[in-house]
Amino acid sequence: MRVGRRDLLFLVVVLAGVATLSASALGPVTRKPPITPPKHPEAEIQPIVTAIDASFRETWAASGFTPGSRAPDLAILRRLDLALKGAIPSLEEIRRFESLPHESRIRDRVVELLGDGRTADYLAERFARAYVGTEDGPFLRFRRRRFVAWLSEAIHSNRPYGSIVRDLIADDGLWTDHPATNFITVTYDEASQEPSPERLGARTARAFLGVRLDCAQCHDHPFQRWKQDDFRGLAAFYGATRSNFHGTRDEVNLYKPLDRKTNAPVEVQPKVPFREELLPGEGSPRARLAAWVVDPHNRDFSRATVNRVWAIVTGRPLVAPIDDLRAADANHPVLDLLADDFAAHGHDLHRLIRVITRTEAFQLASEGDDTTSEAREDAWAVFPMTRLRPEQVALSLFQESSTEALDSQAHWLFRLGRLTGVNDFVRRYGDIGEDEFDARSGTIPQRLLLMNGKVARERIEPGLMTASARIALLAPSDTAAVVTAYLAVLTRGPTPEEMTHFAGKLAGSTGQERRQRMTDLFWALINSTEFSWNH
Amino acid sequence: MHFPSPHPSVLDRRRFLAAAGVSWLTPLAGLLAREAEQTTQLAQSLILIWLDGGPSQLETFDPHPGTKIGGSTTAIATKAKGVQIASGFEQLADQMDSVSLIRSMVSKEGDHERGTYLMKTGYRPDPTVEHPSIGAICCHELPGAGTEIPRHISILAGHWPGRGGFLGGEFDAFQIDDPKGELPDVSNPVKQTRDLARASDLEVLERAFARGRSNRARATLHRETISRARVMMSSEQLRAFDVSREPKAVLAAYGDTPFGRGCLAARRLVEVGARCVEVSLGSWDSHVNNHEVHRGHLKALDPALAALIRDLKERKRLDRTIVICCGEFGRSPKINLAGGRDHWTGGYSMALAGGGIKGGLVLGETDPEGTKDPTRPTSIEDAHATILTALGLDPAKENIAPATGRPIKLSQGKAIRELLV
Repeated sequence: MRVGRRDLLFLVVVLAGVATLSASALGPVTRKPPITPPKHPEAEIQPIVTAIDASFRETWAASGFTPGSRAPDLAILRRLDLALKGAIPSLEEIRRFESLPHESRIRDRVVELLGDGRTADYLAERFARAYVGTEDGPFLRFRRRRFVAWLSEAIHSNRPYGSIVRDLIADDGLWTDHPATNFITVTYDEASQEPSPERLGARTARAFLGVRLDCAQCHDHPFQRWKQDDFRGLAAFYGATRSNFHGTRDEVNLYKPLDRKTNAPVEVQPKVPFREELLPGEGSPRARLAAWVVDPHNRDFSRATVNRVWAIVTGRPLVAPIDDLRAADANHPVLDLLADDFAAHGHDLHRLIRVITRTEAFQLASEGDDTTSEAREDAWAVFPMTRLRPEQVALSLFQESSTEALDSQAHWLFRLGRLTGVNDFVRRYGDIGEDEFDARSGTIPQRLLLMNGKVARERIEPGLMTASARIALLAPSDTAAVVTAYLAVLTRGPTPEEMTHFAGKLAGSTGQERRQRMTDLFWALINSTEFSWNH
Repeated sequence: MHFPSPHPSVLDRRRFLAAAGVSWLTPLAGLLAREAEQTTQLAQSLILIWLDGGPSQLETFDPHPGTKIGGSTTAIATKAKGVQIASGFEQLADQMDSVSLIRSMVSKEGDHERGTYLMKTGYRPDPTVEHPSIGAICCHELPGAGTEIPRHISILAGHWPGRGGFLGGEFDAFQIDDPKGELPDVSNPVKQTRDLARASDLEVLERAFARGRSNRARATLHRETISRARVMMSSEQLRAFDVSREPKAVLAAYGDTPFGRGCLAARRLVEVGARCVEVSLGSWDSHVNNHEVHRGHLKALDPALAALIRDLKERKRLDRTIVICCGEFGRSPKINLAGGRDHWTGGYSMALAGGGIKGGLVLGETDPEGTKDPTRPTSIEDAHATILTALGLDPAKENIAPATGRPIKLSQGKAIRELLV
């Protein structure tokens, strides 16, 4: 909904106050050089967007689903901000968004977000889970922050994704000045004093190819596609990889797994489980493997990547489980359309995100008629509802309580974590771990944390910096106060019933009483299903 | 522990549940009542005393005095015939007739995080599935028995408290710090009238969100979870966390330490139906000055563990409560140049007591030279199967991991029969 002129003026007043405060609180930081939003002619991505829309339409027609209506722009804005920078938009960002031309503001916002350091940081954190997991990793040999910062930089400058993955698999050097090698060192095994070829092989298959080879680690399963030879062949590419205090490099092959029958160590030749024709004959084992993985003709790589990015952007993957695509019964036609477009355009992550966010499926409303079934949601005929991740809730909580955009500088998760207790909140809320696209319902500690927790209370109770207090003080009317609170927390205006209810509660109140009622409104907003879910 | 005044009481809760305008809370009250009816007797519980960082077996349950590997640690006799443990355990020594030791534990994971995962779940880390910890398994497999507070609790949680894994986040351990402090997040920040107004405000929002999404909004279980959280907030069972209600002598017996209070809270919590309470003490990661580190921690561990076993016995709860004491691995027989001991997975100790487990036994022996493998090496998997069997569960029972559809056993091990009553 549009914000009226009077409200806009009032917002400016609110923003000015908070801006001064937050500038002094956050202090000087090293800001990434602002990148000029590249010219992205819409015409260039239109054909693929049209093809995807047509494919979905075909599926819906075949299942007898009528797609729902398009979501309001503000609902799409909320999705975009949560997906890319990990938090709801601030009032300031909402205001700017509303001032953009109606027909182009969604795509303008996408481009703006892709140039934002917070997006790079947040996406880097999401990708890092697939690459190095959530473990702290071996002490001294693994630098998670370094790794994520490197990844963030690469995503920010839109380095081709294939080239990022090539570094992860094949880079040499010390984990401090060649941060990509942390992909290798995180698997350092105390017993063998070397990175683990088996864990690396399994990780490569799952993270980059969407294939679970791990199940074949110990023996062949009668009805499984993958055999132990496939697993060992992939692990063998890492057999010569050493990692000591001089860094990571290849030496002689030490990977000699035990034969199943004789229990004697056997030599295993590096072997890829499929598409052998793409494997180069020359080079070090890891360089050969990297070249094979990222080859534009290796469709498993592009499919796995677009499926993961689709899941990050929408909240759920096109094909599940995300790391077992070859086992999926029916392949999604959209997965192949996206994968081929991704490969044909140099593994361009920014383009991929622009395409996904332009599709009809991404922009559909999450509400339908009341009988909306799971099958409809599975077919993307209605936008899926997914639970927000703990850090999305934490960051949103901090965002709603301040009216201007939080720290748009680099490494914002870290900075914010240090300053304000996001980390502690995430710990108590319960991290999801690596299986991050599993559908799960919320927990009691999460609800307690948002109803009674210190962090939540500090965010909504009258204080110098909280939006609730500023709005209570400065809103020109009861209805303006309600609208602003709804925008700040839920990125939408109230329904008529909500407006009547809450404006009625504020009516005639002043001073302390008014601030208290405003706090109660914020309490209800942050404890609603709507706040904790993506929709 | 400080509760808001007045103390939440049953009366408050009933009034709250019956309050008009919060109709969606009532079905849950019915649900709790049904759960309570179905169970006639509280089943068993597990208290896991977690020695975070990996304690040295040589300075705790498996001393080798007078040998090169034993260092300066001396041993003391215990109430269990022929069983000696390290000095520093003078109080526990008197309870050892109720405690059995496995001195030949072997692990495949020598890293803290991976070792903790293996010890707590009974499975090695596997990127394709996150296994539930044994506490989550207990909660999942054993009925709720009308318990309104979390049934899986981690007190002084270390780095990696027990997780629900593929069973779901609702089986994650509820984490609290020193029970001396206020219980986090359960005190309602506002008074009852204002709270009820907030609940009805929330109804207005929920109605708006459910429009066009009613099935799916229901499927989020958001409201049900809020209801459960609110039942917990006003449950009289919360008093179990409040160790200040214990007589001074009891508090003193457990020791005036956060860990001692944690053990006392654990006893109180299993009495109101908690299934698994983890109490952590650490860090035992003594790469430097091993002996000093252990002497320090034993001062907290000895009185608390001894008091816990004695107290459970006196209150006739020990036969229904299993107490386990261990860390993620042991420490090397060799003392390093810094006077420390490093990680060791080839023969270390676990202590077990209560709930269907015999007392006074010792399983396995470690090599006094510290070079050979222990006799009767015992896997973590077998220890898990033993605990589960003692709780009346079948280790071979399978649950399905939702993401993969893979059936996963409660434990891959076999119960150690000689330890079971």
